[in-house]
Amino acid sequence: MENLISRYRNVTILAALLFGQVLGLAMQVKRSSENRPTRLIRVWAVGAVAPFERAIVGLQNGIGGLWHNYFYLRGVRQENRDLKQKIQQLEIDRARLSEDAEQAHRLQVLLNFKEQFIASTLAAQVIGSSGSEQSRSVYIDKGSQDGVQPEMAVMTADGIVGKVLHVQSHVASVLLINDQTSGVGAMLEKSRLQGVLRGTAGGEVTLEKVMSDEAVQPGEKILTSGGDRIFPKGLPVGTVTKVSTAQDLFLNIHVKPAADLSRLEEVLVITEKQEREPAVAEGEHVRASDILAERLPSVPDKPPSPPAKPASSASANPNSSSPATGTTQPAKTATVPLATGSKPVTSPVATRPAVLAPVAKPSASPAANAAGTEPAKAKPAGLQPQPPPPQTPDEPAQPQDQPQ
Amino acid sequence: MSRPNLRINLNNVPITYTSNEQIEVYRFPVAAAILIPLIAVFLQAFIPLKLHFFSIFDLPFLVVIFFAVARRSQVSGMLTGAAIGILQDALTPSLPIGIYGIANTVVGYGASSLGVKIDVENAGSRFLVTIFFYVVHEIVYFTVARGMVGLTLQWSWAHELGSAFANAVVAVGLFALLDRFKQRT
Repeated sequence: MENLISRYRNVTILAALLFGQVLGLAMQVKRSSENRPTRLIRVWAVGAVAPFERAIVGLQNGIGGLWHNYFYLRGVRQENRDLKQKIQQLEIDRARLSEDAEQAHRLQVLLNFKEQFIASTLAAQVIGSSGSEQSRSVYIDKGSQDGVQPEMAVMTADGIVGKVLHVQSHVASVLLINDQTSGVGAMLEKSRLQGVLRGTAGGEVTLEKVMSDEAVQPGEKILTSGGDRIFPKGLPVGTVTKVSTAQDLFLNIHVKPAADLSRLEEVLVITEKQEREPAVAEGEHVRASDILAERLPSVPDKPPSPPAKPASSASANPNSSSPATGTTQPAKTATVPLATGSKPVTSPVATRPAVLAPVAKPSASPAANAAGTEPAKAKPAGLQPQPPPPQTPDEPAQPQDQPQ
Repeated sequence: MSRPNLRINLNNVPITYTSNEQIEVYRFPVAAAILIPLIAVFLQAFIPLKLHFFSIFDLPFLVVIFFAVARRSQVSGMLTGAAIGILQDALTPSLPIGIYGIANTVVGYGASSLGVKIDVENAGSRFLVTIFFYVVHEIVYFTVARGMVGLTLQWSWAHELGSAFANAVVAVGLFALLDRFKQRT
């Protein structure tokens, strides 16, 4: 027997090595459903690799920042001018959208809906990947010491990215939405059909569990549905690129993710969500037409405003594209239907889904978070109060560029 | 008079003989034996962030082949393969540990066994050996991943052969670079 083993020593070692790994694999697969802590070997491996990745990314950012912030400033003045003009336009759009958001909030109050808002986010740098075609995951430079926990949602300004899988003290792994073990509750923006977003072996993203008798068109946007309890409702997911009928009862919907998953550099970890009933903000609101009027150089000072008459103010100017929004109704009051009903809806985006209502709440805006702004939990919704504009319906509604 | 089947040993180093061929067995400094796999794993995890197409390459797999062929020891080859594979597994958080480990163990054993039999010191043989073992690696990986873990992987011969070719091209250059760390026993 000893001769036999010594004769086939190498094969015996090979069999023992393979058996040990297969056994370990089987135990992991069996326990995969349990919520187990991170394995020590993963901690060691990540601990050995992550510091180098962090150092290289830091060095790269430092050199890049030095170059772009101090040397390569060509075209910055022109870009600055363009951005200022864009800000002006966005302010107008924001004021208009806030009106729609207020209306959506009132409707939600009526229906006693609860919303999930992004209360706080944490910016993180992507420092590494799994390096495997079969596992779509990345590593970020924030961990448990920074408040990151497993099952937290990760996104960029463009859309969702994935969820936190394992967390170490200063590093966390993020499972991307195109990994085949990933699953995200999602819905189509227009039809509100809900499904499950899954990754494929090839790194693509598909929307599953949508019945084949439903009409889904390429180009339709997909949002998170909030059903997975990880991603807040209404975050952009992607766009439908191709729809085909599968062999089962469901459609095969291919999705192009809104976030570029192959070029991730900085991401936002949603570290805190709040679930609350939407409240209609009180206070004075600014209309889009008000902002337009403010930019007109020949507008005279506004005379003292008469007492507010919400019910009549809308009807006083029925042709206005931005109806009066002097809504001062508190949340959950019986007079809400009156205010809602008295408000003509003429804006083309008035039927936006209610999940976009956080436009009026800075803490819930992904774009605001992406810009690095801390959430202002107690900040009133809408724009800051400004002087009421003059009622000048004869004025041309063309924004004019102010001299900078 | 026939030429003797022996090379003149100009470097005065021990030679391992097989049936009719003679092969040289190499060893590596401890630092190189540890750092080269770590650097390979690090680059494999880092470069795809900047160059997405780089994920078709498998640098740790190439390092396994290089060490196995150079050392020409089956035990050493399979242990190196297992260690590097498990390190790779540890960096893939969504998958259980052991898939790459098993695949690289088989590759390490096979490459070292082949290295004993044939000369794999020239670029042509290295190219072919890499293509062959890449396909073996993928077959083992897919078998384990589908059979044990339940992953729904798609096998595409075109993709696998293309990846094998790309890895073989890289292997020729990489092996030439790593040859500098060889030390004759």
